[in-house]
Amino acid sequence: MNGTGANSHSNPGLVSAPFEVVIGLEVHIQLQTRSKIFCGCSVQFGAEANSQVCPVCLGLPGALPVLNEKVLASAARLALATGCRINPVSLFARKNYFYPDLPKGYQISQFDQPFASDGGMTVTSEGDAQRAIRIRRIHLEDDAGRSIHAEAFVAEDETLLDLNRCGVPLLELVTEPDLRSPAEAADFMQRLRQLVRYLGISSGNMEEGSLRCDANISLRPAGSDGLGVKTELKNMNSFRHVERALAFEIARQGALLAAGGRIEQQTLLWDPARGMAEPMRSKEEAHDYRYFPEPDLMPVAISGEWVEELRRQMPELPEARKARYEREFGLPAYDAGLLTGDPGVADYFERLAARIEDKKLASNWVMGEVMRASNARGCSVLELKMTPEHLAVLLDSLSRGRIHQQAARRIFAEGLENGLSPAEAIEREAGAQIHDTDQLRMVVREALTSHPDETEAWLGGKDKLAGFFTGVILQSLQGRADPRAIMALLQEERKALLEKRG
Amino acid sequence: MKVTTAEVERIAGLAKLAFSQAEKEQFTAEFNRMLDYVGKLDELDLEGVEPATHPLHSDAPLREDVVTPSLSREEALGNAPAAHDGFFSVPKVIGGEEG
Repeated sequence: MNGTGANSHSNPGLVSAPFEVVIGLEVHIQLQTRSKIFCGCSVQFGAEANSQVCPVCLGLPGALPVLNEKVLASAARLALATGCRINPVSLFARKNYFYPDLPKGYQISQFDQPFASDGGMTVTSEGDAQRAIRIRRIHLEDDAGRSIHAEAFVAEDETLLDLNRCGVPLLELVTEPDLRSPAEAADFMQRLRQLVRYLGISSGNMEEGSLRCDANISLRPAGSDGLGVKTELKNMNSFRHVERALAFEIARQGALLAAGGRIEQQTLLWDPARGMAEPMRSKEEAHDYRYFPEPDLMPVAISGEWVEELRRQMPELPEARKARYEREFGLPAYDAGLLTGDPGVADYFERLAARIEDKKLASNWVMGEVMRASNARGCSVLELKMTPEHLAVLLDSLSRGRIHQQAARRIFAEGLENGLSPAEAIEREAGAQIHDTDQLRMVVREALTSHPDETEAWLGGKDKLAGFFTGVILQSLQGRADPRAIMALLQEERKALLEKRG
Repeated sequence: MKVTTAEVERIAGLAKLAFSQAEKEQFTAEFNRMLDYVGKLDELDLEGVEPATHPLHSDAPLREDVVTPSLSREEALGNAPAAHDGFFSVPKVIGGEEG
């Protein structure tokens, strides 16, 4: 599978170009901590500008950084989940550059001795093939502040700075150049988001910048092992933008190479509004970050016992959970993938599945009504007033035929509002069911006469139309009848009509 | 390796500092003297000796993930040459972020 179809599939414009796409990602993951990586300032989002800063994160003289232990544990969890080796000793380094949003004049990062090395993740390639993507390293670093250029209160000749983000903890994860298409890159990012959510270390929200991704991209003659000249793409703040930006850059490089041109090594900024990437305006001189060991922070020594302790506390990870759903609940791969996509949804499903026999019915409701309700409310499924325990009661009545689908949906909608047990509503709906056969027969006949074409086809042998009529009838009764009774009546009517015709 | 004036100019550029020709020559000589001094270590056989990055042997102290009070906004902005609306104000920055 290795990239053979990457050009033709992801890039219709490149069908004739015999190039293989080579992509490596650098991902920044903002960690969910209370305080910053090296000081006790809050990382709460949305605070007043420059209200969460102190001498340490402002880089004032004499201030000393102290590492937040939760950052270390978060890094270790991600390293374990991606099969990385946690290095017994890692070292902080200063990455020196001048920019106004970096008051220290250097970023505290890690360089030649990162926290963890040599892991991997799987992506789905074309035709559902699974490909291993190597992870080169995971390291810890602090974030820079925020520059504000384009606001009404910013004057023509100035840039404003909010330094609250200075010192917010980040993990940087760097892959080897193993990705072979924009779709694989987007899939990698989605899986990484899923993973950090499972691990509970980051919200993984790309739009809000909790997950940021830069891509190195180059083309090379298909079948070659060398690497072409690469460009770096920045500012892709959604999965869709990752895919679009990479496709754009592949097309650009491909056209240039096909015309005999040369790729210039440069950094490009993706402009989502215009759908194109353009070179960043930067100075001619190459960067020279002059990394050196951070003298204010001692080397980080990691004990084997601590790693083993964390390993024991690791949650079940997405792929294992998906496989278990297929095995244990007999669910189709599609259902298992969707239900385990988000750990909250998976937890909701499991609480429901523990109380109900028909796992597929439970799956259908979670994938349908439950996820729709949480999307509409912009909340987690676990925050819905309709708890999995209440839904189990409801679905039990549904599967035993006490209430119909439509009634169940009504009760579900009520439960979302009032948070009450559905028992009473089930009694009400069940009590409201029409059991009077004569009354039901009238409705059945009415449905047949008002759909003469379908009735003819049905009598002519199109048996599937029985389902259509059941639906029509239940609709007109707002679900207040047992579908099995209606089915039986339909068959009686059919027999009578056919006999009448001889 | 000898440090040249060109090297001093590059380092000064990275540090955003400007020097006169006389100063550059003075620094060139001083840089070389420092390197010669440290170069004394090359006389030792350091095969198998790990580089020491810190003078102490101890593990990094860690802090609990607990929020402690920040500076007040007034204090934070107090030394800024220019500030308004709660922000630091700097001469307009053109181009994207580095780093």
